Amino acid sequence: MKKILVRKNAYYDSVFLMLATKVLKQRPGIREAVVAMGTEVNLALLKEIGLLSGEAESAMPNDLIIAMEAETGDAAEEGCRTAEEILKKKSHGGGEGEYRPVSLEGALSICPEANLVVISVPGLYAAREARKALNRGLHVMIFSDHVPVEEEVELKEMALQRGLLMMGPDCGTAILNGKPLCFANVVRRGPIGLVAASGSGLQEVCCCIDRMGGGISQAIGTGGRDLQDLRVGGRMTLMGIEALKQDPATRVIVVLSKPPAEEVAAAVLSKLKETGKPCVAHFLGRKPSGDLGSIWFSGNMEEAAATAVALSKGEQYQRKRSSLLEAEMEKAADHEVKHMTPEQRYVRGIFSGGTLATEAMALFEEEGFGILSNVRKEPGRVLQSPHRSEGHAIVDMGDDVFTLGRPHPMIDSSLREERIAVEAADPETALVLLDVVLGYGAHEDPCGALAESLSRAKAQVAGRGGYLSVIASITGTEKDFQNKAEQKKKLEAAGCLVMPSNHQASLLAVHVMRRLGSRAHSGLSR
Amino acid sequence: MNVKKINELFSKELKVINMGLDSFSDNLRKEEVKVLQMGWKPPAGGDKKLISLLEKLGH
Repeated sequence: MKKILVRKNAYYDSVFLMLATKVLKQRPGIREAVVAMGTEVNLALLKEIGLLSGEAESAMPNDLIIAMEAETGDAAEEGCRTAEEILKKKSHGGGEGEYRPVSLEGALSICPEANLVVISVPGLYAAREARKALNRGLHVMIFSDHVPVEEEVELKEMALQRGLLMMGPDCGTAILNGKPLCFANVVRRGPIGLVAASGSGLQEVCCCIDRMGGGISQAIGTGGRDLQDLRVGGRMTLMGIEALKQDPATRVIVVLSKPPAEEVAAAVLSKLKETGKPCVAHFLGRKPSGDLGSIWFSGNMEEAAATAVALSKGEQYQRKRSSLLEAEMEKAADHEVKHMTPEQRYVRGIFSGGTLATEAMALFEEEGFGILSNVRKEPGRVLQSPHRSEGHAIVDMGDDVFTLGRPHPMIDSSLREERIAVEAADPETALVLLDVVLGYGAHEDPCGALAESLSRAKAQVAGRGGYLSVIASITGTEKDFQNKAEQKKKLEAAGCLVMPSNHQASLLAVHVMRRLGSRAHSGLSR
Repeated sequence: MNVKKINELFSKELKVINMGLDSFSDNLRKEEVKVLQMGWKPPAGGDKKLISLLEKLGH
């Protein structure tokens, strides 16, 4: 029984639509459900699953489509009622009577003192709106992705000429004047200023700084392409560094990025030197090649935070070689492998943050483990199917291949919960490595949701006579609304080892895998 | 490189216009940021030809 409804001229945002779809799918008797706007992509998707007919065929991007396939007519009716309720709740929740201008001109007539526009409309329209904002002298943050690089270059050039911030596109995180924007954590204010071309990386470094007693002056996001794509050429990173140079509240500058293009890296380093302030550079996956005058290079994100905190106190960070921590890790690793079966030999990373996944992969590779992944491009390192792990694998579940039409795993943990079950069913899985990102934008209780799946997974493996090791880190602070300490307790109650940083979680995972010895090392040639 | 306006922003109260996801406005309000949520919709009902025409007309 198919039921397809169209609401003309009723626009809803993507996060709401995906959550509405999820609620509808969970109703008894509903086989398939889609709540979506009538965009070309969505119409094609509906057609593919046989849920496009009648009025929906000519729907426009402004029209809402509710389509479902139910087991019975009653279930379909009940599904429609549920959909109506969700929509009604949404229109009430949005604040009845609150006027919502449809144009930037309208918004500025109500709020002429506005100084920042945050844009998270579909990528197709984002540049158009950003252009208008920049032309009106407003700073811009574009959260949306799928904005063509040519438009990014044009927008950043406009911003440069006008002396304005143009954070993004695909900028998920920023903290300006102590206020977290989009996906960001509540952290202490202080003298450390950051410019980052990585969302989850920026969150991790900010949270580590907070845990170590340091504080943030400004955290400027640039979007991932700023340093990686020569055409963008680090425009916003260089501008961000200049602004932090001139900011009296910033005493230390940190730059964070996935490996930048060589020419761009050189420009960034020369700009950092010019600031005259102590600086920390962390280019993921690239080993530090010695410090350079006032620029300190760090080998991982936690070390970048520690270096910045030390410098902000007028001290120098001492790299630790062997420490008590290593001994503790050895002990924990011994315990973890004790009850594993000989078949259990692979690490499986199930990540929600791209940079966090990259950091874990880099460490494993350094330690001689060949890691397969859905986000790697090197020959021999690409997972044949992103949906099925083989050998040692680390999967970034925030990648487009998983999130098309589904909420990002930081918002909704069900994607990762499904994957945990898949990995637990594989008798070769020895260890599951996870990141959990807290803060605004993220799930309200991510560890609570994951803990249930992890307990089930551990019980399943124990039922086969083995032991599933689960190691995680939580990117967040006690000031985040989810409360890091509370979240940690939930994971620990499910038998997980929770480490203070993604680097330490990855390091402990390496120790465990080393313990498993040579039987795991031949992973890739399987 | 002129960054005067960025440094001015650093010393001012943030006042945000949020175009898109409602949840970003809700979160900013929890942090006591003044925010105006727009009722954004795709321009010209999402009709690509009309949008390109509007662009040419400077809208």
